[in-house]
Amino acid sequence: MAEKNCFINENYLNYVKSISPKTNEKRSLFRAFWVGGFICCIGQGFRYLFELYLGLSGDELAAYVSMILIFIGSFLTGLGVYDRIGKYAGGGSIVPITGFANSVVSPSIEYRTEGYIYGVAAKMFTVAGPIIVFGIVGSVLVGLIYYGIYNIF
Amino acid sequence: MEMFLMFLKVFAVGGAICTIAQLLINYTKITSGRILVYFLLAGLVLQAFGIYQYVVDFAGSGATVPISGFGYLLAKGAQEGAKESLFKALTGGLGAAAMGVTSAVVFGYLFSLIFHSRSKKN
Repeated sequence: MAEKNCFINENYLNYVKSISPKTNEKRSLFRAFWVGGFICCIGQGFRYLFELYLGLSGDELAAYVSMILIFIGSFLTGLGVYDRIGKYAGGGSIVPITGFANSVVSPSIEYRTEGYIYGVAAKMFTVAGPIIVFGIVGSVLVGLIYYGIYNIF
Repeated sequence: MEMFLMFLKVFAVGGAICTIAQLLINYTKITSGRILVYFLLAGLVLQAFGIYQYVVDFAGSGATVPISGFGYLLAKGAQEGAKESLFKALTGGLGAAAMGVTSAVVFGYLFSLIFHSRSKKN
């Protein structure tokens, strides 16, 4: 009986594979490349602008650039434009910081009907939560190791 | 001319990082949430060994705008804090990334109040 089930599953999976739309792999790579590169160029453009007109530098400059990119990412997600960019660009829209913003705003808008606490505020972190958790744990480990290196050796 | 060259570097490196993500999407079945975590950890670990700084010096926003740049920022904050005190070693990472986290939460909350879900209209 178990063998038969396996057989059916395999057939079924092959069937699913044969009818699901095939993504053109080379094209998807090209799209991810140019959209991702373009978003980074927008970031660099803001970097030059803020440096020139606001006189920012160093960490402050980087922080304001990421702020404005997160603003743009959130705003475009709210308008429903970012999902379309995502369909076109795949990885090119996920990996830049705008994709992080999209992963925060998208579920929080989606679950607004469940209320502002368990809907918006909780669902906001479905994707961003793991990123923040691993980021903080990692940074604490790095901090402890470097503190050890500086103070023991 | 120098600026044009810089944009070219930003475009190439930023695009390359996103292409790696697309390769992972195409050939493995990793979901986008996992890809974000893996890239963050990659940036964090590379910076823990001091490697990512070279990429940032070379490509500027091409390295800091992808999520691996967020990991780089967390690791760099912790490294710089560790020079001063244990307290700064523990809080430096999140301190450096505070703007990113704060703006994501604030804009996320704000825009979810303003905009309605659009997925059902399509």
